[in-house]
Amino acid sequence: MNTAPLRGEEIVAETNETLKFVMVGHVDHGKSTLVGRLLHETGFIPDTKVEHVKKVCDDQGKGFEFAFLLDGLEEERDQGITIDVAQMFFRTKKRNYVVIDAPGHKEFLKNMISGASNADVAFLLIDAEEGIQEQTKRHAYLLSLLGIRQIAVVMNKMDLVGYSEEVFNRTRDAYLEYLSTIGVKPYTFIPISAYHGDNVVKKSDKMPWYAGGSLLETLDAFESKDDRSKLPLRLPVQDVYKFDKRRIIAGRVEAGSVKVGDELVFLPSGKTTKVKSIEKWNAATPELVIAGESTGLTMEEQIFVERGDIACKKNEQQALVADRFTANIFWMGNKHLQKGGKYILKLATMDIECVIDSIPRVINSSTLEEISKNAAEVAKNEVAEIILTTKKPIAFDTFDLVPETGRFVIVHEHDVRGGGIIHKLVEHYSAI
Amino acid sequence: MTDSQKFDHLDKLENQSIFILREAYKKFKKLAMLWSIGKDSNVLLWLARKAFYGYCPIPLVHIDTSYKIPEMIEFRDRYAKEWNLNLIVGQNKQALADGMNFTQGRITCCTALKTTGLQQIMEQYDYKGLILGIRRDEESTRAKERYFSPRDKNFEWDFKDQPPELWDQFKTNFDENTHIRIHPLLHWTEVNVWEYIQREQIPVVSLYFSKNGKRYRSLGCAPCTATIDSQASSIPEIITELKATKTSERAGRAQDQEDTYAMQRLRAKGYM
Repeated sequence: MNTAPLRGEEIVAETNETLKFVMVGHVDHGKSTLVGRLLHETGFIPDTKVEHVKKVCDDQGKGFEFAFLLDGLEEERDQGITIDVAQMFFRTKKRNYVVIDAPGHKEFLKNMISGASNADVAFLLIDAEEGIQEQTKRHAYLLSLLGIRQIAVVMNKMDLVGYSEEVFNRTRDAYLEYLSTIGVKPYTFIPISAYHGDNVVKKSDKMPWYAGGSLLETLDAFESKDDRSKLPLRLPVQDVYKFDKRRIIAGRVEAGSVKVGDELVFLPSGKTTKVKSIEKWNAATPELVIAGESTGLTMEEQIFVERGDIACKKNEQQALVADRFTANIFWMGNKHLQKGGKYILKLATMDIECVIDSIPRVINSSTLEEISKNAAEVAKNEVAEIILTTKKPIAFDTFDLVPETGRFVIVHEHDVRGGGIIHKLVEHYSAI
Repeated sequence: MTDSQKFDHLDKLENQSIFILREAYKKFKKLAMLWSIGKDSNVLLWLARKAFYGYCPIPLVHIDTSYKIPEMIEFRDRYAKEWNLNLIVGQNKQALADGMNFTQGRITCCTALKTTGLQQIMEQYDYKGLILGIRRDEESTRAKERYFSPRDKNFEWDFKDQPPELWDQFKTNFDENTHIRIHPLLHWTEVNVWEYIQREQIPVVSLYFSKNGKRYRSLGCAPCTATIDSQASSIPEIITELKATKTSERAGRAQDQEDTYAMQRLRAKGYM
């Protein structure tokens, strides 16, 4: 085991910026080992925790398992598998990081999605010896559906293939071909050995043929999430408060910005009024609120608005209003999604009953093979194109314009069972 | 001033937590917030007052094991009055009458006085949502938590089959006889909590500050909570100390060290 070249306490980040990245890929390709190695070498694993893991490994009669630094559950360590996503913290000289370690087993795909949906950047891991496997493909496709564009591919276990450039090139070319079919353009491919620490924090001398940076250097080169405040305003109403004389419309600005005096349109009703004040407790009243802020506004006129409405600006591009749209969904439920079935749709702060009108196409999310046309149902881990109708017209966007109001989840029997992104509104009902 | 300078990392954390608190308040009619009097739950309470414009419309529950450090109780009573809080104090009186204390086993004692004490209050008031100030960086089972995390009728956490949570769409629908734990500070770190306490000037118990070379880093019951060696007697000194530390936050909490998976077992049964 290498000793840490840097210790966490010696690192002062230049900014307080935080970037979240997720590690995805097939089971046993070494995601948790890599994350454990990264946290250990950057000096962010407490000594007490290292001691604790040493003891557990000794009890099991194993050498030091970096993965155990993350896989804290007894079942995970006994089986050597990550069951649920873990989030850990560290920093470099550049900034702060949250690393999300997602499970690679097909059975825990919903946990992988829970982790990956929060990430700014994703690293797709491939075992150099085993090559591209089922989840290597599926995870890449799901990342594209989740809207994660900043992706790097990491080829792990290079030590097991003799640090071979040829193996690296062959797998890289095969994977690039697959990725191009789903429109994913990886930033780079990095050959590493998480177990030995090659190219993780520091460049390794074992692969002189590799000209790129270490994994950590690559990470520092990514950008943090793009600024949503330049988009048109989308302020979904979360609640209306009347704790005192003020009637405050509360919600989080999902896109754009808003200031006092702006004329707002609340969709789907189309009611308009002007912003009278921006409310804040125990702080100066801001002139402007931007994307990401949970705010509260009072209005010039006391119009009736309710949770689920989306406030837009009168002089900007407004959200769409309709009761029918097409979407791409991924399904995580044990029970199949049924054509004609009734579900709860949650989009921004709106919860509404919906019916699945039709399922024009179902595909295998790993092979991308078309399973069926005009299907009757969608099974777990499949991806489909669907058309659905909501009980009443709602406000939304297409995912490519405003992601936050262009995506939704489907709830069935109390739990989120699927997620989707909206392609387009459907004007008239017709048999597809 | 650019937008990114205006909206710094503490603003991001704060705004996400406010969003979660407002979701909880909207979706749960019978909702309570656990107030342990520690730094995290004080930050949580502060965030609630921010979310609801100076009011805290959610009742606060304190589970009093009777073994808490006296300064904690003084602090609780002072701010409950000053901030006009709806405070509910729960205590497993039967277990205490039967002589429960840590010598019967720390895990047994924690389960009886904290988990069961909490269960009794939840049943008495029929709470369906419970807000807690736990964070992912505290220990490894908490690192796997969701913002909205269901508990079954026996209070148990099924960590092997958690519901998906994506795009801030939370689990707000649930069966009768179950409840949801809500964790608005899950994404904060220990350093973030102190940075925010500093920025907002949030009152905290004086036990966190060094006296005679010792301070508490995590607060709990007197017999099971140890001080650490520290010269940090102000918030900036604590932040500097924490940025350099290589020991974990809960190293001074004896129940965590009972066995390798102590916290997993405690939390699976309904511990905080």
